[in-house]
Amino acid sequence: MRTLKFLLVKEFKQIFRNKSLLPMIFMMPIIQLLVLPLAADFEIKNINISIVDHDRSEYSNDLINAVTSSGYFQLVSFGDSYQAAMNEIELDASDLILEIPSHFEQNLIKDGAQQVFIAVNAINGTKAGLGASYLNSIIQNFNQNIMVDAIASGNAAPLKNIEVVSLNWFNPNMNYKIFMVPAILVLLVTMVGAYMCSLNIVKEKEVGTIEQINVTPIKKHLYILGKMIPFLVIGIFIFTIGFFVVARLVYQIVPLGNLFLLYGYLFLFLVALLGFGLLISTYSQTQQQAMSIAFFFMMVFILMSGLFTPIESMPEWAKYIAYSNPVTYFIEVMRMVVLKGSMLKNITNHIYVMIGFAIFFNTWAVMNYRKTS
Amino acid sequence: MNSEHAIITDQLTKSFGSFTAVDHISFEVKRGEIFGFLGANGAGKTTAMRMLCGLSKPTSGSATIAGFDIYKDTEKIKTKIGYMSQKFSLYEDLTVKENIRFFGGIYGLSNKALKLQTNKLIDTLGLESQSGKLVASLPLGWKQKLAFSVAVIHEPSIVFLDEPTGGVDPITRRQFWDLIYEAAQRGITIFVTTHYMDEAEYCDRVSMMVDGKIAALDSPEKLKLKYNVESMDDVFYHLARAAKRGE
Repeated sequence: MRTLKFLLVKEFKQIFRNKSLLPMIFMMPIIQLLVLPLAADFEIKNINISIVDHDRSEYSNDLINAVTSSGYFQLVSFGDSYQAAMNEIELDASDLILEIPSHFEQNLIKDGAQQVFIAVNAINGTKAGLGASYLNSIIQNFNQNIMVDAIASGNAAPLKNIEVVSLNWFNPNMNYKIFMVPAILVLLVTMVGAYMCSLNIVKEKEVGTIEQINVTPIKKHLYILGKMIPFLVIGIFIFTIGFFVVARLVYQIVPLGNLFLLYGYLFLFLVALLGFGLLISTYSQTQQQAMSIAFFFMMVFILMSGLFTPIESMPEWAKYIAYSNPVTYFIEVMRMVVLKGSMLKNITNHIYVMIGFAIFFNTWAVMNYRKTS
Repeated sequence: MNSEHAIITDQLTKSFGSFTAVDHISFEVKRGEIFGFLGANGAGKTTAMRMLCGLSKPTSGSATIAGFDIYKDTEKIKTKIGYMSQKFSLYEDLTVKENIRFFGGIYGLSNKALKLQTNKLIDTLGLESQSGKLVASLPLGWKQKLAFSVAVIHEPSIVFLDEPTGGVDPITRRQFWDLIYEAAQRGITIFVTTHYMDEAEYCDRVSMMVDGKIAALDSPEKLKLKYNVESMDDVFYHLARAAKRGE
């Protein structure tokens, strides 16, 4: 125990003297939580649209008004040449073309039906897909209004129609920030585990101080504990700042669930992730190597965690990767406990899995850490 | 087990693939002796020393350090030895005092002993005014003297010094050897590698490694007599010329 005390005193002194690490620890959570959730918003606004109107009638005017006043679209060009609109798309100035055919109003009144044409620039798939579906729903709405008018004036028979109304539970306004902020907090904590801890150990290898440690009778597990505890504390610290300062004050996110449950899970997650960081450090000789390996896994951890894209929509094989990713579980737990107020019994499975990860990574790392080469 | 000997090696070998860095070396170091371990760059000195310190596992052969087996009792050996590597390996971002406390602490010195040792050490090294400064800001010579003092802070039976005076000015080298003599007088066995042949003269006995083997081992006087030369420099030339390993 006394040895551990000396190790911890040394680590904390070194961390607090590190001019580049300290600002990272304090500033990273604040800056990232302020910037990322605003950018990682799935709601797409300012979609550039080109409208080609061959009709120039009252109805086509109404439709164009409905589109441009929706707030989602920005009219970049308006004219009657499809070719000109297509040029805009080719120049990447425009994302969508809405083409209204000639005799639009006339046919609509006469036949009760008419087609409009939408062309989508699908280079940015998300923008294109969402843009097209926004446009579709605007047109549908417009359609409904025409029908109501028609029925009211006795020109058409009422149609039986099923309208789907959805209710968003746990996040009634579909506010992406409420959904993203807890998950981004998870990312912050993940970085502490995967980067800071492994880089710290590898730095000792690089400068050679680890040799001096290895000729002492110091116990392997004590040395490792001495490395892990400081970063465990830092991880919890960053989480707390992010959670109680930024998430609460800036985004007004108040957790519905139990805080002890959340911190308990955070602790498990950090132990698992620090074990992973430790494992990286045992396989790396230089900080550059450790950084590259950690970066590779961070990419997988982030992109395959259900942070941005739902796991359910991944292909089968990718689901296996997502469910072998500790970050996935913590993000799920965060969202469940914070947004839904899930209880211990709802996340027991997640707890077992995380304990598994913790044991797996740490055992492997400790076995692979050698005082003698 | 021979209580007169601090180090006994028998056919100690380390190979990396097909390359045999240390090739069946057998020698003994007496307790309290200053033992010079000489050889050209790449002769295998550091590899041999790392095996004796328990940093590297031998491929074959046996050795006992302070009466402990090099395979079975690695951790026990570590309580009995001190080590100062070629590369400066104290923490540059800790102060002089903090380094002393840290290493003393992990060697299990009591709080009282720690305080005593720290003060004594700072006093002997004349580092009073520097004790609160980061080690990074010290000149190399002082760093080396500090590293040596930290390596013997727990009064080990043997201390291994790997080129301790590399890059250090002659005056500091002299002071460094004063420290070594002092430690030897306290009964600490000194195992030292060096490239300075004047330092070899200070040793009780020296061994010369050539191509992973020990080519000669005796006191500096006897070696000079044997090869009929004036200085250890000439002994070194005489033996190292036979080396086949390229630099």
